[in-house]
Amino acid sequence: MTLADPATTAATDSSHEPGGPDELGASRPFRADVWRRFRRNRLAMVGLTMMVVLVLVAIFAPLIAPYGITERTAGSARQSPSLDHLFGTDDIGRDVFSRVVYGARVSLRIGILATAISMVIGLILGSLSGFFGGISDTLIMRVTDVFLAIPYIVLAVAIATVLGRSENAIIIILGLTGWLGIARIVRASFLSLKRLEYVEAATALGFSRRRIIARHILPNALQPIIIYGTIAIGSVILAEAALSFVGVGPQEPTPAWGAMVNAGRGRLTNAPHMLFFPGAAIFVTVLSFVFIGDGLRDALDPKLK
Amino acid sequence: MPSYIIRRLLQIIPTVFVALSFLFFIFFLLPGEPARLIAGGAERNVDPGVLERIEERYGLDDPVLVQFGNYWQRTIQWDLGDSYLTRESVNEMLGEKAVASLRLAIWAIIIEIIVGIAVGLLSAIRRYSIGDRLTTILTAAASALPVFVLGFVLQYLFAVQPNKWDWPEWARLRTSGIGPDTWTFFFIPTGEQWRYLILPAITLASVTTALLARMTRGSMLEVLRADYMRTARSKGLGEREVVLKHGLRNAMLPVVTLIGIDFGTAIGAAVLTETTFNWPGLGSQIVTSVQQRDLPVLLGFTLSVVLAYALVNLIVDLSYAWFDPRIRLGKGDHG
Repeated sequence: MTLADPATTAATDSSHEPGGPDELGASRPFRADVWRRFRRNRLAMVGLTMMVVLVLVAIFAPLIAPYGITERTAGSARQSPSLDHLFGTDDIGRDVFSRVVYGARVSLRIGILATAISMVIGLILGSLSGFFGGISDTLIMRVTDVFLAIPYIVLAVAIATVLGRSENAIIIILGLTGWLGIARIVRASFLSLKRLEYVEAATALGFSRRRIIARHILPNALQPIIIYGTIAIGSVILAEAALSFVGVGPQEPTPAWGAMVNAGRGRLTNAPHMLFFPGAAIFVTVLSFVFIGDGLRDALDPKLK
Repeated sequence: MPSYIIRRLLQIIPTVFVALSFLFFIFFLLPGEPARLIAGGAERNVDPGVLERIEERYGLDDPVLVQFGNYWQRTIQWDLGDSYLTRESVNEMLGEKAVASLRLAIWAIIIEIIVGIAVGLLSAIRRYSIGDRLTTILTAAASALPVFVLGFVLQYLFAVQPNKWDWPEWARLRTSGIGPDTWTFFFIPTGEQWRYLILPAITLASVTTALLARMTRGSMLEVLRADYMRTARSKGLGEREVVLKHGLRNAMLPVVTLIGIDFGTAIGAAVLTETTFNWPGLGSQIVTSVQQRDLPVLLGFTLSVVLAYALVNLIVDLSYAWFDPRIRLGKGDHG
């Protein structure tokens, strides 16, 4: 069996060879087409630009930030924005601008890693559920029902209390609670795709189930997954901000934007900058993902236009 | 129909059971011992004898499984226990806080339905107009703006600034707490109450209103292209009747599903809104209880939220029949 497997894949690969360039030839214009449509969408391009800037800010944070995240300027607590401190200073004299800049690293890291975890879980469970049906489907769908029945934020806060309040804990929590949507989307795509003729053909050719799932169904189910994934990074960042805000995010001195907003909530009257700048950072970041996700959806699915 | 409702209600039971059991065990893994909390706080040095007596009295020295069994036995009789911290009965706390949450939620829903559907509908009818483009941008913005940031911005604009610049008294809104707590017909604010209500209600409504507007727009655009719309027009019906009766009602079907799914989002928004405005409801209490590890309060409150969530989804399913009479509930489903 193990010996036969590589042989069959090798054989089928070579038999597919003539079709290979054709496939590429067909997909290239499609991709170019998508990019052309995406580029024409003004909001999507705004989102993409914002995201590029954000990623650059996160990468070059040490070069951009004039101060360190824990560096205090003596005698300058809660200063209003000035040339010295673009976004002012916080309760203990730290530079808010520098902390917001470094905060981009925290948010993007959490957003991307947590989404990656939930994508993997969602893809595996969703495809198992959609492809095999039967007991595995019932079981997985019941589990998602249970997870859906607990309000997201309660669940996340509860797990956060157990796992601790580090950055890694937050990544795991958001990854473990975020896969429901992906699983449902993947399951729905699989349910409709597995009935199509080419899947039947692949089954008739004797391909293994794993191959059929990975090479024949999954690539065709990718569009909604990509769109959802982009938007998911945004909502994970939003969720992280909410958790930090209620006090279960990464702890001081990690510059989590949500925690910075929380620190500024009592200072609305005399130091509103403490709250508004990190708040705006969350907003801009999530907005860029929303715009890109919307743009991708319109570009990938011209029928909707 | 009645058998369908009964079957759906029975399906709720295992879900609720597993969900709450899950939370129960999660909190049992927690490092802080409940006995220490009851004795007055996690940080205090408590006499071990006192701890022992507390453990005995509350049954905390029993094996976890026995405690688990006792917990469910009490819960089934709707006895949710007492708070570890204040010793208040959770049932009583629940009654008090649920009412506050409900009042806030009712106003948020009113705002959501009126603004969300109207904006989505207008946006779809006048597609590509300036208003439509603005709607697209604003709804995206509303879904990206954290609820608590919006709350603080509103507080700043309508409470902090008016006080700073000595605006007339009627223009100043309140930012914290529930205020005088005076209502008629359960949910209509009287006297000064509206000053406390209006900002949290708008904040809570923002996210779901944006989602509803977006969804109504998309669904309506699809419906406007349908053949029966042309038929209705060619029958000579007025445009208003065509759009509202034939269009909107059909467009509402997918939207109603969304309302059910987004109830979870709405609960998250409620937790954050209540925390931001110190509104004494279920959401802010849940956050406090998690932070204080007040297990009975947390489980009791979560139970009621989970039940409400299940109920909303049931109502959503049932309302399909009203929106689309073709759907015969329970028929052809022999599960």
